[in-house]
Amino acid sequence: MTHAPMEKIARATPAPVARRIKGLSDRAIAWIFVAPSIFLLLAVNIFPLIWTIRLSFTNYRVNRPNRDVEWVGLRNYERILTDDGIWATMQATAHFLIWTIVLQVIIGFALAYLINKKFKGNDLWTTVIVLPMMLSPAVVGNFWTFLYQPQIGLFNYVIAFFTGADPASFSMIGDVNLAPWAIVIADTWMWTPFVMLICLAGLRSIPDSIYEAAECDRASKWRQFWTITIPMALPFLMLAVLFRGIENFKMFDLVVQLTGGGPGNTTTLTSIDLKREAFERWRTGYSSAYAVILFVTVFGLASIYVKALNKVKER
Amino acid sequence: MSFSVTDPSRGTKWFAGVMVVAYAIITILPLVWIIATGFKSPADAIAYPPKVVFEPSLEGYVNLFTTRTRVTEDDFAALPPPATWYEKVVRDQGMVIAGPSRYGERFLNSVIIGFGSTVLCMILGTAAAYAFSRFRVPLKDDLLFFILSTRMMPPIAVAIPIFLMFRQIGLNDTHLGMILLYTAVNLSLSVWLLKGFIDEIPVEYEEAALIDGYTRFQAFYKVVLPQAATGIASTAIFCLIFAWNEYAFAVLLTSGTAQTAPPFIPTIIGVGGKDWPAVAAGATIFLVPVMVFTILLRKHLLRGITFGAVRK
Repeated sequence: MTHAPMEKIARATPAPVARRIKGLSDRAIAWIFVAPSIFLLLAVNIFPLIWTIRLSFTNYRVNRPNRDVEWVGLRNYERILTDDGIWATMQATAHFLIWTIVLQVIIGFALAYLINKKFKGNDLWTTVIVLPMMLSPAVVGNFWTFLYQPQIGLFNYVIAFFTGADPASFSMIGDVNLAPWAIVIADTWMWTPFVMLICLAGLRSIPDSIYEAAECDRASKWRQFWTITIPMALPFLMLAVLFRGIENFKMFDLVVQLTGGGPGNTTTLTSIDLKREAFERWRTGYSSAYAVILFVTVFGLASIYVKALNKVKER
Repeated sequence: MSFSVTDPSRGTKWFAGVMVVAYAIITILPLVWIIATGFKSPADAIAYPPKVVFEPSLEGYVNLFTTRTRVTEDDFAALPPPATWYEKVVRDQGMVIAGPSRYGERFLNSVIIGFGSTVLCMILGTAAAYAFSRFRVPLKDDLLFFILSTRMMPPIAVAIPIFLMFRQIGLNDTHLGMILLYTAVNLSLSVWLLKGFIDEIPVEYEEAALIDGYTRFQAFYKVVLPQAATGIASTAIFCLIFAWNEYAFAVLLTSGTAQTAPPFIPTIIGVGGKDWPAVAAGATIFLVPVMVFTILLRKHLLRGITFGAVRK
């Protein structure tokens, strides 16, 4: 062992001298390296979170700084959980969440499956498909309002071209029934590549030898797909769903630019509703309670999901 | 050519190729449309049916960078001939340039805040990732999970107290405030990604350096940093892209001096309705750098977007 003489010398040297020779101890370096990051996160994430929790028990309003702040106990929480408007918002969020995940998983997996057939030039086309995902959702969302314009919008034109409908006869973002789908389509366009990339990694992680063994056993392609491909890609698929679930539960930028939450409240997702309460109606205490409820929901659902994911991985 | 039973048949490959290329063309269409609209005249941009072939015009770009006013007919006739090409573009619309628009400033803000936060994030992130990778840090797993969990919070939820806090200490609508905020937002990404990259560097290199008499610090920046260069570079690009694209904090916490481009671009309007070519021009200038970076990053893309959870 090359270490042995070094260690012997190290042991023989008195501690203060050793420190002068070797510089700081590993433990000290570890703390110096980690502390700034932890400190910044405490200052910009945890401290505000604690402040939010504190505010959630008060009737504080930012736009009335001189009014006495009263402790109202759990009244904010009570009002939120019994408010019909909030449940409508939750439904809009659920609609958005479920449909974007379903569509992105189906299309993303199908694309990954096809790309994994290793046709010529698959790398190039994968890169092309991936492009929308990295772009600014707010800027892109804003431009989608142009694509969705009745008559002049490209989206309406293409739909009209294939269905024969009048391109001026429908407005994706102006119609109460279509708007929830307008945001689903834009989000699916943007984020399907994300699911695709993760699924592709999953498919590529399956060794060829398993399929070869299945071929020897004369298992049909169909059977191979359901008994090898799907189960082995499942942990990856679930991971993709976790990421998309958390991201879309927080969804703000794309949708706020696309529909602004309208028409009416049909596309008012929870983040948009929260923004209105906090920064337009300035009900700071109330919206803090709202924020806490959202955070607990995301965190709770994510934890349960991660447990399920780990179970699938262990199998 | 080797033959394997698991190799897809030629027909299968052909079918797969056609389907994927078809999807790629559909998915790229909105992006092509953004770039094309930037070079259309306002009339062409809102023509029906949508124009695929059009005469290119720089009106959108000129309108993006200038503010324009109308003058009375007599004044307009009395003006000297336009001195520059962009003045001519504006004159052809029957207007004169009143001054520069705010787009340049907003774009510059995006650059300053994006790069500032990325540099800070990389310094803090590399140090923390190295410590997490190499040392026995007490409560390591808890700390790492804590760092990750900060990403789960909806930005609007923490925006309320951050707004109050920034107002108190005078960081509202400042570059410094936004740089610190974006650094904190991206720190979880940089620590997790970099830890993965540093984990892949064999410890033996450093041990050899330590035996040769390097201190820990020297071993860190003379041995580990060069080895992790690719990882650090791709992590930095991810941080830059996320800071570049961020909208929620930007729209809530900035309004003037430190406002970045994403909240600004949607507010571009023209005379009598939205000036779509100008919006598209602004979007093009803002999005094309990200597209270039995405192409450069394609090998590390998966790792970046999953916080290092999936590696190819």
